[in-house]
Amino acid sequence: MKTFLKILLASSLAISASAKEIKLLNVSYDPTRELYTEYNAAFAKYWQGKTGDTVTVSQSHGGSGKQAQAVVNGLEADVVTLALAYDIDAIAKQAKLLPADWQKRLPNNSTPYTSTIVFLVRKGNPKGIKDWDDVVKKGVSVITPNPKTSGGARWTYLAAWAYALEANNHDEVKAKEFVARLYKNVPVLDSGARGSTVTFVQREIGDVLLAWENEAHLALKEFGADKFEIITPSLSILAEPPVAVVDKSARRHGTTEVAKAYLDYLYSDEGQDIAGKNFYRPRSEAVAARYAANFNQLKLVTIDGEFGGWKKAQQTHFADGGTFDHIYQP
Amino acid sequence: MTPAATTFHMPHRAVLRHSTTESPFVRRLLIGVALVFLSLFLLVPLVSVFVQAFAKGIAFYFHTLGDPNAWSAIKLTLLAAAISVPLNCVFGVTAAWAIAKFDFRGKNVLLTLIDLPFSVSPVISGLIYVLVFGAQGWLGHYRDAEHAWFPWLQNWINEHNIKIIFAVPGIVLATIFVTFPFVARELIPLMQAQGRSEEEAARVLGASGWQTFWRVTLPNIKWGLLYGVILCNARAMGEFGAVSVVSGKIRGETNTIPLHIEALYDDYNFAGAFAVASLLAFLALVTLGLKTWVEHKNAAQNEPGGNV
Repeated sequence: MKTFLKILLASSLAISASAKEIKLLNVSYDPTRELYTEYNAAFAKYWQGKTGDTVTVSQSHGGSGKQAQAVVNGLEADVVTLALAYDIDAIAKQAKLLPADWQKRLPNNSTPYTSTIVFLVRKGNPKGIKDWDDVVKKGVSVITPNPKTSGGARWTYLAAWAYALEANNHDEVKAKEFVARLYKNVPVLDSGARGSTVTFVQREIGDVLLAWENEAHLALKEFGADKFEIITPSLSILAEPPVAVVDKSARRHGTTEVAKAYLDYLYSDEGQDIAGKNFYRPRSEAVAARYAANFNQLKLVTIDGEFGGWKKAQQTHFADGGTFDHIYQP
Repeated sequence: MTPAATTFHMPHRAVLRHSTTESPFVRRLLIGVALVFLSLFLLVPLVSVFVQAFAKGIAFYFHTLGDPNAWSAIKLTLLAAAISVPLNCVFGVTAAWAIAKFDFRGKNVLLTLIDLPFSVSPVISGLIYVLVFGAQGWLGHYRDAEHAWFPWLQNWINEHNIKIIFAVPGIVLATIFVTFPFVARELIPLMQAQGRSEEEAARVLGASGWQTFWRVTLPNIKWGLLYGVILCNARAMGEFGAVSVVSGKIRGETNTIPLHIEALYDDYNFAGAFAVASLLAFLALVTLGLKTWVEHKNAAQNEPGGNV
């Protein structure tokens, strides 16, 4: 009996010495719930096969700006996967939890997958919406979240702005008028992308939802292609939702190595495939080809090319007293 | 005097109509309007919660409630209530006792402070804690300070990585804050109405302060206290705004039942959201039943001569 206990004790010690139980917290934005639920399971399997350790990744979702603010105020994320670079910049700047040049640490501006902004309309497209011009028409009710709190909403706003610039010979005044007309058509600004989708799909408010491409596809999948249609505009923006290890928190938790591996694996074939399956545009061309049917070709402008980077865009359009405050009066 | 007694003394039918002032038609109309209003705004939503909860069948219902994240939310909600209700119970009785039975300077200030959580929005009460205990707030600055007061405390906090906001303590704190006034507010009018003559009699007969409290004051207020505790508990379990600000919404860790409902709803899992919501609704119904029973007992106790 005694020897049996000894063996039991020794073997349990051996197990605890070799296999660790690791916990990670991924603070993410609104529409990535399904993506990361699937990816976390895949990564845990991969990591266990490689090291024998079990990883449990907890998720927290909300509007991208709101989530960044929570991290700044002490939500101890090991990794952040947010909707746009500026929100991670804010964490680097305000809380100094990661270096300012974080975006150079991973390939493709630290964005393993991209997306864009498309339109979701009700079946049959009763208001005949084909492009941005139709969205700003009188009598069209438009659903989009609040650019102050939502990352997707900021991409949407800039996509509309870029279209207006293109259509008006880069006349900034006309672009401002155009976007102002768009927001006159918005009856309710939710704080995150998912809130807006629920408003449009479940509460049946509005004629058109300006949505992340992945969010629009997911709505079709969840609620049926017989209820909604995706309309791809002639021009939109290349939305890059970046990922980063939050160095200071990861160090504190002793999870730096696994947090890095977690983000690296997003670039692997399996990670890219899960992104494609969840309607994000994979960076890997081989994987992207497999999901090409989901993604219509359209002209995509970039934040750096059209707006001089996020810092400038944020300052001009979304900061207090910026253009958005001028054009949107509830 | 009951209407029957009135008619007994006044045999004329005209006088009978006077005693009820409204015609039967108007009375029925008023009752009808009230019933339609109540069923539209209270009964229909309540029933629809349960209908939606079982929309995907009983198996799905129990599958949702058995999910580890749902379990963790239920446990966290129960924990927050189990800490905040007793604390506020002790505080409420102490405060009400002090206010109703004694005169002192600053009594009105204390009364106003007790009402503070009722008058500020729950979101603001959550933000207060973020500002105080957040990484950019006082606690954050204390943790990072180079020459802090009480270095042993700073060491201890940093070594154990003590977290308040976006962790369980923050949720408990926010819950305590929003449920602060329930017990005190319930007891103060009751104790004021009862006056202090019984306590004074006890003192004259030689009872100590503790004896007076346990044997005279507490038996007099027990039903009122229980009523306050029930209201306090209902709010503690149902609180959304304040808790939502300090939670961080980590699934399976810092989501309470109301936050878990929101998360499920936003996951397009509507049946799941309503299944968990039905749990809260059921709790509300139990609370309502208990409340009615306690009210009944309380009324019996406060009737002249009736001391249950």
